This record gives sequence, C-alpha cells and structure tokens, in this order.
Amino acid sequence: MTLQIHQQVDARGLSCPMPIVKTAQAFKAVPSGALIEVLATDPGSVKDFAAWSRTTGHELIEQTADGGVYRFVLRRK
Amino acid sequence: MNDPLNLVLFSGTDDKLQAAAVLTAGAAALGKPVNVFLQYWALDAFRANRIDGDHGLAPEAGAAGRDAVDGLRAAGQASWAETLRQAKELGGVDIEACSLSMDLLHLDPSDLDPLVDGVEGVTAFYLNAGEGQVVFI
Repeated sequence: MTLQIHQQVDARGLSCPMPIVKTAQAFKAVPSGALIEVLATDPGSVKDFAAWSRTTGHELIEQTADGGVYRFVLRRK
Repeated sequence: MNDPLNLVLFSGTDDKLQAAAVLTAGAAALGKPVNVFLQYWALDAFRANRIDGDHGLAPEAGAAGRDAVDGLRAAGQASWAETLRQAKELGGVDIEACSLSMDLLHLDPSDLDPLVDGVEGVTAFYLNAGEGQVVFI
C-alpha cells in the first residue's frame, strides 16, 4: 500500500536546524492524521527527527536513507 | 519541557548570534517558549539598518574560522537573522531589547529590526524567565 502523502518538505541542502523548523512550520498547516514527507541532507537530521517526534508526539512512521538523502514520513498527531 | 528557554545575548558577532539563533529555532520547533534578551553589542546588531550586514566573528575564529563560516554561508546556510525570522513564524519566541543597552547605544525602538518585540528591564526578563534556564551568549 502506498502512503498518502499530504505534503512534502524539501529540506535538502539546508543546515541544522532548518529541516526541523521547516517541518514544524508545515505541521502547523495540516490536519490531524496528515502525513508529511521530509527530504533532508543534514546528517544530524536522523537524530533530530527522532527527538522531535518523541517530544512533539508526531509519529515517525518511515525513515530511509539513499545516497546522502534522508527521507522521513511523519504523521501529525 | 514547557519551562521557557531564556537566552541573554551579549555578543554581537555573527558566529555567536548564529549559535543563539540555532538554539532558538530548535527550541521553538519543539514547542518550547523562548525569551531572548538583547544586551550591549548583540542589541547593536539588531539595528534595522545593519541587521543583514557583516558583524564579524569572535576573536577565536581566526582566518580559518572565517573561511569555514563563509563556506557554510556559500553552501546556503540561512543567516542568523533569517533563522530567527523562521523561528518566530513558529510562535513562542519573544525578543526584547534591554532598556539599559538602549540608553547605552542611544537607540529608539524605531531604530530596531521588526524581529525585536519590545523593550524591557531585567526584572521583566526574570519574571518571564520563570523556572527556565538562563543562558548567556
């Protein structure tokens, strides 16, 4: 089954903390339950998205890495 | 977690302001309130007519540090002012100018960038700081 992505945040090339900041901004504008896909190249984003998910309660449901690009799918609580 | 983070910015060089902006934006993204109190040379850097200019680096940066900072900027890193603007869009970030430093620098509130929400004294800063940590940069 393919995930229904509500919105994509392209944070490739952005340095810490902008991938998280852009994602937090996007989450404010989507309904509860919506899925947001994030693309980032900042290596710190792996631990940052895990920490952000735990703290905010928005679930990190997928996480992959491909050629230096990190992809995260998060569900708005 | 919801005690505010309280940053007192004293230094006005771009590296220290960048570090402070990153701490602010990270906390704001986690939903943590942030109070920023601008003193001395940090306040000077928030003048509307020079906020986006070059404010130099801390002495320990040296020439190699200058190159490293320039390299990160050339790679597209957001400036500290832009990072703070993005953080304020998330909400929960209040930036106040220290009234004593306003006198010191002969500044009027209209001289400051719109990032600055107002002017307050140290007592108001501590009242808003509550039980949260105070960090001096």
